[in-house]
Amino acid sequence: MRISYAWLRDYLKLDIPADELAEKIERTAVEVDGVIRPSDGLKKVVVGDVLECVPHPDSDHLHICQVDVGEADPIQIVCGAPNVAAGEKVIVALPNSWIGGHTKIKRSKMRGVVSNGMLCALDELGFDEKLVPKEVADGIFILPADAKPGEPVFSYIGMDDEIIDMSVTPNRGDMLSMNGTAHELAAIYDQKPTMPTVELHEDATELADDQLSVTVQADEQAVPMYKMRLIKNVTIKPSPLWLQIRIWNAGMRPINNVVDATNYILMQYGQPLHAFNFDSLTAGQVNVRFAKAGEQLTTLDGEKRDLAETDLVICSDDRPICLAGTMGGLDSEVTDKTTAIALEGAIFDAVKIRKTAHNHNLHSEASMRYERGIDHSATETALDAAAALIAELSDGTVATGVVVGRDEDVQPAVVKISLSRLNHVLGTELSLDTVADIFRRLDFPTTIDGETYTVTVPARRWDIHIPADLIEEVARLYGYDNLPSTLPTGQPTIGKLNETQQIIRDSRKLMESAGLTQAISYSLTTEAKAKSFALHASEVTKLDFPMSSERSALRLNLISGLLDDLAYNNARKEHDVALYEEGRVFFSQPEQVRPKEVEHIAGAITGSMVQTAWDTEATPVDFYQIKGIVAGYLKSLALAAPVSYATSTTHPEMHPGRTADIYVGDDLVGFVGEIHPATAKAYKVRETYVFELDLDALIAQPKEHQQYQPISKFPSITRDVAMLIDNQVTNAAIVKLITDKGGAHLQKVQLFDVYNGKHVPAGKKSLAYTLTYQDQNGTLVDDEITKAFEKVLTALTDTLGAEIR
Amino acid sequence: MSLQDRLTELRDQGLADIKSADVLKKVNDVKVDLLGKKGPITEVLRGMRDLTPEERPKVGAYANEVRDKLQSAIDHRREELELAAQNKQLVAEKIDVTLPGRQVPQGQPHVITQIITELEDLFMGMGYQIVDGDEVEEDYYNFERLNLPKDHPARDMQDTFYITKEVLLRTQTSADQPRSLENHDFSKGPLKVLSPGRVYRRDTDDATHSHQFHQIEGLVVDKHITMADLKGTLTLVANELFGDQFEVRLRPSYFPFTEPSVEADVTCFNCDGKGCAVCKQTGWIEVLGAGMVHPRVLEMSGIDPEVYGGFAFGLGPDRFAMLKYGVDDIRNFYLNDVRFLSQFYKKG
Repeated sequence: MRISYAWLRDYLKLDIPADELAEKIERTAVEVDGVIRPSDGLKKVVVGDVLECVPHPDSDHLHICQVDVGEADPIQIVCGAPNVAAGEKVIVALPNSWIGGHTKIKRSKMRGVVSNGMLCALDELGFDEKLVPKEVADGIFILPADAKPGEPVFSYIGMDDEIIDMSVTPNRGDMLSMNGTAHELAAIYDQKPTMPTVELHEDATELADDQLSVTVQADEQAVPMYKMRLIKNVTIKPSPLWLQIRIWNAGMRPINNVVDATNYILMQYGQPLHAFNFDSLTAGQVNVRFAKAGEQLTTLDGEKRDLAETDLVICSDDRPICLAGTMGGLDSEVTDKTTAIALEGAIFDAVKIRKTAHNHNLHSEASMRYERGIDHSATETALDAAAALIAELSDGTVATGVVVGRDEDVQPAVVKISLSRLNHVLGTELSLDTVADIFRRLDFPTTIDGETYTVTVPARRWDIHIPADLIEEVARLYGYDNLPSTLPTGQPTIGKLNETQQIIRDSRKLMESAGLTQAISYSLTTEAKAKSFALHASEVTKLDFPMSSERSALRLNLISGLLDDLAYNNARKEHDVALYEEGRVFFSQPEQVRPKEVEHIAGAITGSMVQTAWDTEATPVDFYQIKGIVAGYLKSLALAAPVSYATSTTHPEMHPGRTADIYVGDDLVGFVGEIHPATAKAYKVRETYVFELDLDALIAQPKEHQQYQPISKFPSITRDVAMLIDNQVTNAAIVKLITDKGGAHLQKVQLFDVYNGKHVPAGKKSLAYTLTYQDQNGTLVDDEITKAFEKVLTALTDTLGAEIR
Repeated sequence: MSLQDRLTELRDQGLADIKSADVLKKVNDVKVDLLGKKGPITEVLRGMRDLTPEERPKVGAYANEVRDKLQSAIDHRREELELAAQNKQLVAEKIDVTLPGRQVPQGQPHVITQIITELEDLFMGMGYQIVDGDEVEEDYYNFERLNLPKDHPARDMQDTFYITKEVLLRTQTSADQPRSLENHDFSKGPLKVLSPGRVYRRDTDDATHSHQFHQIEGLVVDKHITMADLKGTLTLVANELFGDQFEVRLRPSYFPFTEPSVEADVTCFNCDGKGCAVCKQTGWIEVLGAGMVHPRVLEMSGIDPEVYGGFAFGLGPDRFAMLKYGVDDIRNFYLNDVRFLSQFYKKG
């Protein structure tokens, strides 16, 4: 809502700077987007009097004008506007003046003729083209005849005004009007506002009821009020300049006297009004009802609209002529030829209008106000004011009487609140009088009984119904700056992370220590990506009306998002990337309305984790690097059950020979490996290694009961074994066999060499392990260890076909 | 030559040899030569049997004295040479300490996580519990229980991704409020929770809009919670994030789930309140929304608003990060360009 400071002065005595007023409004009422000064940046733009206007000899459209700009001699200006003529008062941009769009006007020559400046149209002064009246859009703007040559032009066209652009919150619909804003400012500055009065002269010879009839078929909830007035003998013409200025400074385009009058009253009272061409009505009959399926209406904007059964429509003879509260119909539009007006002042249900505005994507000044509420006590006053103004501006006559389709009994809200309650909520120690004074400033009639206020809320503040609303009124007018600043007291509580939160936080730190940087990717992705890399099969949770297929489904995995991140980096020549993400994935649950949200943690690495440096060769990442990260992380979780890795060929997006499923005990908790070359190609990433773990599953796993193990005082003995073995035999199988057969004193099995180069026969590999033996209670005897070691060797040979070297 | 004189001669010669020994080996050679079993001092001592009993102790004592002197000279010279050798080695071992150290891969937390963690820690210190609500929520909890019935105009402020008619991606972490309220046992003390998390709005992504972003919602409900407590808490948050040199102002606002509702602005840290592009010439930066919990919200959760009251506040870490670090495009937070992520390696 744009509030003209000049207009505001009709109501209140205000002489503070506009910026200060704006700040006050912001601190006490609603947000202010800014103060607009239309003349800002404009210089040396003055009134000119066209003394002489002759055609340019070398042009078919230019005119050479001699213009009085208040100086001793007239100046010569060449003008191309079709409407320039001698005797007109015009807007002159003098040489070296600044006009709209930071444009400087200089002396120039046009087809050989000197032009000392420019005659201007409104848009050349920076007017939004949408606000310029159509009839002056194609030429220069003609000022009133009494404008004084040489004077700055701004005051003649309202550009000297300051406009406060308020961003009104949904609850403060009352401030979407000058009257409402004036009431608010009156309370803030403790003034008594001068409210507009209506002087309506009715034509006793014509009774509105004789010519106009209204029936409201829609229920009272949908249409609590519907009234009309009849104005006859109108002449449609442009509005006077004062009205046009108010209209365009409010951010609307002046149209004609009737439309501008209704818009003016809309701005003043916040009451939407609609003017129908009376002659377009069938037998002066109007009825209001819900639209029927299949009905259509062509609205003012020329759009033919299919009406829904939730749309309220104004009809004549049951034929829709207007979409209630949103936009009029083309057939009943006021045109230049209109001679009589049926003027509607009505209230429609906020929810219905909201739905209609939303469904038809028609958001108008009217619908915006209906959605936020209307002062029910001012509808008829506004209707009267508009009728009077239309009659005045159009030389028309107002028929006697209001045609009432529906009228409701408006009851003001009565709200009680005690002083102690108020102070209790605000943390203040306001006195009985301080609060009473605030209600007085608000002009809310109040009685006090003991320490309880009974407040009668005027209908213009329909947002106030409950004690909390009054608390807000008191708090904001008392001033939030004046509130004390404290912290909650009361019974102390413990603030700490729960186990899950702690493990999640620790997990992030562990990943970072392992060299992975945290990424936060989008949870919404394509359906295909959402269900790729899934740890468990699940339906994808899809949006009902996605904005794009790119963001249409909730992810079942984190890897696809990380690969998108890698692709983004890859495209920007960042080829060494190590990221992890911790976040939710969404498994749909057939019997539940909502999917199950599971915390996952995943990583993706590509390129090298250590860059080439003076002493370091960059080593490309590989399977064992990412597995090391995963293993180190899992170790730190102190899981009770052993972690194991098993070759997996079940993930179609993964390299079938370089992927392992990860188990804790018998529970599948994730996988690790290289992405399939086809996946890499599809994502436009290079060789990439990834893992994904079900973090919730890991958190739920029993944890190792940690207990101190005495450190043996006795020395350990080691034995190395090297063997040649079939390629198919896994390290895991060998270690398991060694561990099973190693005897009571075997403490550790460490793989220290793997070789499958040209020195071993095809299909074989060479592996070497160090076995460490130690006894808690005594020094080991060499013979004993040798015996145990021999047992292992035999087992390796017999069971796995190893050839000991 | 008397034995004494012989010893004196040996001593002087020995000391000279020791002094001139320039490597450790020579010192050792001198030691073996002089003090060894076959050395001249041993020989002198052996000649003592020819002395008179009166002379013997004197010569013996003198011989010991000479031997000790030589030994200590040898030790001293050895130390000297060792030290010199070590010093020489140290000089030779000199390196360019300005060469970069060997890299240890090190990742870092996302800037949004840094802000969330900072606030979590601040509020846990004040006895708040951290609550992680679901990202997929029912319309009922996300809107209706927060006093936003269907067709409420304020729903326009939050265009929503729906999954079904009744299930949606939460538009606000306030969606946790009703669940926290209905689950809390007030006999165990006040409800003090902080809910950080991802939220979603049906917005087209551009420099200032993201369909996914983060929110942190705080909620306190007890018998004696005041708006002054809210003001104090918000000031604390603003000071934590921007520093305590800035002024905080509250101004009226509207949220359906709080009444009164306020927004908190902080003096623009970029221009100190003078007005600049960051604060759109206002001198203030809007940092959070808050208010006293609406009685309807308490009622709907089965809490008597006559007895209990509280405050709630919400803020956006994405917006904070943009303001604080001058990030000009919100999409940066979700594209995960390593050149972006790696800039936020420290707090503050």
